[in-house]
Amino acid sequence: MIASLKRADNLATMAPAARKAEAALTFDHVTVRFDDYTAVADASITVGDGEFVSIVGPTGCGKSTLLNVAAGLLEPTAGDISVYGKSLEGLNRQAGYLFQADALMPWRTALSNVTAGLEYRRMAPKDAEELGRKWLARVGLNGHHERFPHQLSGGMRKRVALAQTLIMDPKIILMDEPFSALDVQTRVLMENELLALWMADKKSVMFITHDLEEAISLSDRVIILSAGPGTHPIAEFVIDLPRPRDVSEVRMTPRFVELHHHIWETMREEVLKAYERNQHKLAD
Amino acid sequence: MSEISTSLPTSAVATPRRRPVKKAGLPSRGTMVALQIALLFAAFATWFALVKLKILPVFFFGDPVLVLQQIVDWVVTGEVFVHLATTLIETILGFLIGIAFGVAGGVWLGLSPLTAALLDPYIKAFNAMPRVVLGPIFIVWFGLGITSKVVLGVTLVFFVVFFNVFQGVREVSPVVLANARMLGANRSQLLRTVYIPSAMSWVFSSLHMSVGMAFVGAVIGEYLGSSRGIGYLILQAESTFDVNAVFAGILVLTVFALLLDTSVTLVERRLIVGRPT
Repeated sequence: MIASLKRADNLATMAPAARKAEAALTFDHVTVRFDDYTAVADASITVGDGEFVSIVGPTGCGKSTLLNVAAGLLEPTAGDISVYGKSLEGLNRQAGYLFQADALMPWRTALSNVTAGLEYRRMAPKDAEELGRKWLARVGLNGHHERFPHQLSGGMRKRVALAQTLIMDPKIILMDEPFSALDVQTRVLMENELLALWMADKKSVMFITHDLEEAISLSDRVIILSAGPGTHPIAEFVIDLPRPRDVSEVRMTPRFVELHHHIWETMREEVLKAYERNQHKLAD
Repeated sequence: MSEISTSLPTSAVATPRRRPVKKAGLPSRGTMVALQIALLFAAFATWFALVKLKILPVFFFGDPVLVLQQIVDWVVTGEVFVHLATTLIETILGFLIGIAFGVAGGVWLGLSPLTAALLDPYIKAFNAMPRVVLGPIFIVWFGLGITSKVVLGVTLVFFVVFFNVFQGVREVSPVVLANARMLGANRSQLLRTVYIPSAMSWVFSSLHMSVGMAFVGAVIGEYLGSSRGIGYLILQAESTFDVNAVFAGILVLTVFALLLDTSVTLVERRLIVGRPT
């Protein structure tokens, strides 16, 4: 572990300490235990204000658990989580959460799904609808207002979910492998859209993925998690690729390849560990 | 903020696949209906023949011609409509009140595991009990009017809806729930926009059974003691050994039940949205 941290230091500087002062999210030695299974052990992570941070780790390593802690949906067993310097109690009201699974209400149309949060906030229905239409247009879903989720394709449902989350104008966006179920082409389009939306409003983003290429092409910083149980960050890398980026083009640049190579070196051991553990499980 | 344009073909919505007009190996719909009607006539003809040839005693099995004659008489004199209206009102009231109580009870217990655990054996007992036996008690309590029939219908409908809603509330998708919470829904908003709509799809799936139960409640109630309704009509005929009128009553009931079921299907089509099924 120390070796990999060193390697990280050699490659790219760690996040500047100055960021911590105004950090959007700070995980301070967070541990999450379910009965006798420790999902996350002593994890300390910061997401700076306006920063796009990706968390990458092998499958089943407790990435979603971290996100649930950040959302306030799950209370850590030990440690503290703070939002803009304030210790989090209950739900994180500053954060929007884009779930991995379909989270749209199947009994509501696209438009009324997008405006659900505004309705909860008791915005006048007319204003909410106007804003909802604007956001559906922004995510490229003009003319699909009255469709129900089951009448939309997977990609379109993700767009609705994105609009539903962003319409609330959260300062922090938590994303849990939001595009993992999409085909490659749709995925690249969605990633570009996400970047454009993010560039426009400069939210703080905590993006969970198991796809290293996706993480590098989107983020300011990539954090690598160890294999579970007892997941914790083992290395982080600043991604100094210039912005604005096109996620498909940036992958061809030499710097991207270089970064990918270095980060993969660190990750490989963890992926192997996770793989071996699964093999053991199968053998048992 | 710049407008985000996208080149993704957003019109690529899956249109519901049309059912093929003709299933392999089956005759067309028109032919099928004709065959089904022919089967009905064949059944009546067999009945008629068996009775005429004295293979079946006419005293117990009636005469299909006289049965149909009886139905025509009822319709022509308008006598049957009073009874139909009574049974219809009882059914609809039992149905609606039963659903209301079932939804309320299901949501309540679904959201409060403690009460659910406490009441569990009693709910199981009430559900296992053939609640039709409560009919005589309801007649003593609520008299011969429509109240006793409605109450019987409600007790029958309630459990069907209750169990469905209870299940529906417990099986609300945790992701949809978490999402609504993250969007800022408070408890009552969660109830209104997540739990109840989610439970409603379960209610819809039990509509057919519920309306059938309400109907059973109404007819059995009438049968046990009443002054109006199809059940009463049959009871009257039975007490005068008028077997043709009994069969006529049963046929009217059957047609009525079919119509009820069809109207539920129509209502269902209007109400069920957001579900692919």
